[in-house]
Amino acid sequence: MSGNYLIEFSYLFASIFFIFGLKGLSHPKTARRGMNMAALGMLVAIVGTLLHHEIISYQLIIIGMIIGSAIGAAMSIWMPMTAMPQRTALSHAFGALAASLVGISEYYQHVVNDGAQISSFKMTALGFEVLFGSLTVTGSLLAFVKLQELIRGAPVTYKGQNIINVSLFVIAAGIFIYLIYDPTQSALFYVMVVLSFLFGILLVLPIGSADMPVVMSLMNSYAGLASAATGFAIGNNVLIIAGTLDGFSGFILSILMCKAMNRSVTNVLFGAFGSVSADTGQLVEGVMREVGADDVAVQLAYARQVVFVPGYGMATAQAQHAVRELAEVLEHKGVNVKYAIHPVAGRMPGHMNVLLAEANVPYSSLYELEQINPEMQATDVAVVIGANDVVNPDARDNPKSPIAGMPIIEVDRAHNVVVLKRGKGKGFSGLENPLFFKANTGMLYGDAKSSLSKLAQAVQQA
Amino acid sequence: MSVASLVPSICVLALAEGSGVSATALMASLYIFVLAAFLGYQVISRVPPLLHTPLMSATNAISAISVVGSILTAGGKYSDVSKFLGFIAVVSAMINVVGGFMITDRMLKMFKDRIGGGNDSGGKEGR
Repeated sequence: MSGNYLIEFSYLFASIFFIFGLKGLSHPKTARRGMNMAALGMLVAIVGTLLHHEIISYQLIIIGMIIGSAIGAAMSIWMPMTAMPQRTALSHAFGALAASLVGISEYYQHVVNDGAQISSFKMTALGFEVLFGSLTVTGSLLAFVKLQELIRGAPVTYKGQNIINVSLFVIAAGIFIYLIYDPTQSALFYVMVVLSFLFGILLVLPIGSADMPVVMSLMNSYAGLASAATGFAIGNNVLIIAGTLDGFSGFILSILMCKAMNRSVTNVLFGAFGSVSADTGQLVEGVMREVGADDVAVQLAYARQVVFVPGYGMATAQAQHAVRELAEVLEHKGVNVKYAIHPVAGRMPGHMNVLLAEANVPYSSLYELEQINPEMQATDVAVVIGANDVVNPDARDNPKSPIAGMPIIEVDRAHNVVVLKRGKGKGFSGLENPLFFKANTGMLYGDAKSSLSKLAQAVQQA
Repeated sequence: MSVASLVPSICVLALAEGSGVSATALMASLYIFVLAAFLGYQVISRVPPLLHTPLMSATNAISAISVVGSILTAGGKYSDVSKFLGFIAVVSAMINVVGGFMITDRMLKMFKDRIGGGNDSGGKEGR
């Protein structure tokens, strides 16, 4: 009995330290210490669990822990920062897999193997666990495949998609409710598992790469809720607390991402998003003015304030270090350099901040949308690096645009705009961007990384 | 969300009636869930957008506490099928425990408030 108290106290300790850990994340200065506390909490909880009297054999546990730790450590040491969205998608899949396997295993053990009766309450918890878990596994894996560009990132849509998705969900939910009243129907349980796996794929299939931040946040939330449901199923409070914190964190992030794209939360929850219609009903007039690196360098060198606006293109070109080098050269010449970060720039929340931090850009020069927009009129040159929708003035000016109402970084209010772009194409969203046709916008084509290095050299000579 | 998530909880409560689960235990779990949700909302809305990527990997690492459920399944008095599923669950949860905390620390180490300065504590790699 005293052993049980010890374990319960280790869980209480872990819960408190997890909350301290997340509290630490409210500022970069306290974040590391907080996370170390959370890691300590995790260690204590795991050691406490290993003392549990129900454990009769340690063989599988030890082997599993060694394999898992090795894979986890290897992934975190060698994963490049640009691959952070992929890694996060994978880790959502792993977390959800663990939760749903525990659920399936519990069900198999009690219902199929022992032929015992389980309570409706336990069945409900197991059902939520397996439903959320399984759909997150396949959904996150598909997100991973799309982010890794193993398949095209474009939305996959077909006729009757929403009807198929909704009916699939209704069938799975119907089976779930039936199982609550009669948990012994193991065949139905397996059908429900398969349907949830399938539903995860169908949910993410119609979502384009540009909407990935929302998907990532949602999957984060579902994975957490699956863990919380595990806590209900096996009567473990620390699982409920940690899972709920994760679930809510993901939910808050998805709301923030939705606001940053002017989409409603309902729109997101029902998955009917991502298929941007290509027909905007508007043609943009004018020509795009191509500029050379030397001209841009002169503009930059004599500017008072330069604002860099990074997008996913900076990540694909691995250009974050080149940006910082150019910024340093400019600062050396007395130019005031700032970075403007849109909440949905990149493929996951905070993606750009991490990349720039990796390149040693101090976080005091990173500005959020609301902070930087009032300064745009006083900015001499805004340099857009592989960003498109987040600087598209149509979102503000054209109510018919599919992205109408989305808050943007108003680079078009700066005296001059330079857009670094790979080619003349429309980019991921398939939308025309009137910014590119404006008289004070210059287009600098080519790989962002080499363009930026060229600029840095030219500025030094200017 | 909190209201919406209460609905299934209340259904659960109704189901627990007559199924032999102690109402006290169930209510305690629900209290924990609801209070954790409120607390989570308070704590997490204070995290600046700057740290949203580390936040996601941190919460992911923390929710890998489901490893304790996996451990009990893999090592308990269970059938071989259940134990095997538990074993896979231990592997995947541990990937998130170790990988999640390590990569969060790797990211947080990079955030500095000015060039050359910052919050680095001597380059020591945390757990």
